[in-house]
Amino acid sequence: MAVSLVNRFEQDNIIVEQIDNLLNWARAGSPWYFQFGLACCAIEMMAAAAPRYDLERFGAMPRSSPRQADVMIVAGTVTLKMATRVKRLYEQMANPKYVISMGSCANSGGPYWQYGYHVLKGVDLVVPVDVYVPGCPPRPEALMQGLLELQKKIKEDTPLRRVS
Amino acid sequence: MELAAIQTRVGAVHPDALVPTDEGAAYLSMTPEHWADVAQLLRSDEELRFNVLMCLTGYDRGPGEPLGVAYNLHSMDKLHKLEVRIEVPRDGGKIPSVAQIWRTAEWHEREAYDLFGITFVGHPDLRRILLPEDWEGYPLRKDYKEPDYYRGIPVPKDKRGWE
Repeated sequence: MAVSLVNRFEQDNIIVEQIDNLLNWARAGSPWYFQFGLACCAIEMMAAAAPRYDLERFGAMPRSSPRQADVMIVAGTVTLKMATRVKRLYEQMANPKYVISMGSCANSGGPYWQYGYHVLKGVDLVVPVDVYVPGCPPRPEALMQGLLELQKKIKEDTPLRRVS
Repeated sequence: MELAAIQTRVGAVHPDALVPTDEGAAYLSMTPEHWADVAQLLRSDEELRFNVLMCLTGYDRGPGEPLGVAYNLHSMDKLHKLEVRIEVPRDGGKIPSVAQIWRTAEWHEREAYDLFGITFVGHPDLRRILLPEDWEGYPLRKDYKEPDYYRGIPVPKDKRGWE
C-alpha cells in the first residue's frame, strides 16, 4: 500500500498521516465483495476466490449480505427479472460501495445483445459501474486485475471531502 | 409396442381423438378435446403403461399457423416411447392439463404457458415460471416483438456510435 507518510517517529509506534490516505489505505486493503453469481462468470469468480488464485490475499473476502459488502461483483448475465433485484441489492449496500462488472454479459449484454429480449444490455443501465472486466468469461487473472484497478481507484478517492 | 400398434390401441378406445398425420411421421397427432382421457389411457392401459413424461415442449410453426405442444412419453415397464402432438389456435388455445397424470407436466406446462401463451385447463397453478409476473406477451412466439422498456429499463441494445 502506497501510504505517503507525513511523519513517522522512531519510538512509540506513532505515525502522522492525512486522514484521507489512512482511510483509503484501510478501505482499499479490504474490498469485501458481495457473494453472488449470475452465470458462468461466477464459476471464474469462484476460481479466483479459491486457493489457487486466492483473492483474499488482496483483502477481498466474500460476504453473504449486502450490508457487509463494499464491492458488488456482477458476475454473469443480468436478466431483466434479475436487474430489478440487482438494483435493490445494490441499494441495500452501505456507502462507500463499488461495482465491478465482470464479463461481456454484464458489460454490454454479451452474446444476447441482439436477440436477448430478456437480457439487460449492460448492468450499467441500472447501477453505476466502477470497473469493467472484459472477457467471456474473464479468467481469474483478469478479475484480479479488475480488483487491483478498483483498489487504485479507491486510493485516489477523497472520502472526507466528497460532495454527495 | 411400435407406433402403429399404439395408434391402433388408442384409436380403438378414442377414435375421435386422433388427427391424421403425414406419412412417415414419428408421432401421433391428437385433438385437445379428448386429450385428458387419452392421457389417462396412455398412462394406465395394461399394454401402453406410459409412466414417464420425459419432456413437454411448446412450439410455434409461424404467424397464421397454430401453436402446438409435443409430449414425449416413455414407458419404464414396456420400454417403448411415444411422441404426442396437439395443436391449438394461436388465440385462446386451450389444452387439458396432464399435471395430475404426470407430475412432470406441472412445471413444463407453466413454461409452455409462460413462453407461448398456451392455456392448460385444470392446471393447479398456472402462472409464469421463468419471466417476471408483470411481463407482457409470449416471447417464443414467432410474431413476438420485444418491448422497448421493462419497468423503465431500456431493453433493445443502444447501438449509437457503432452502426
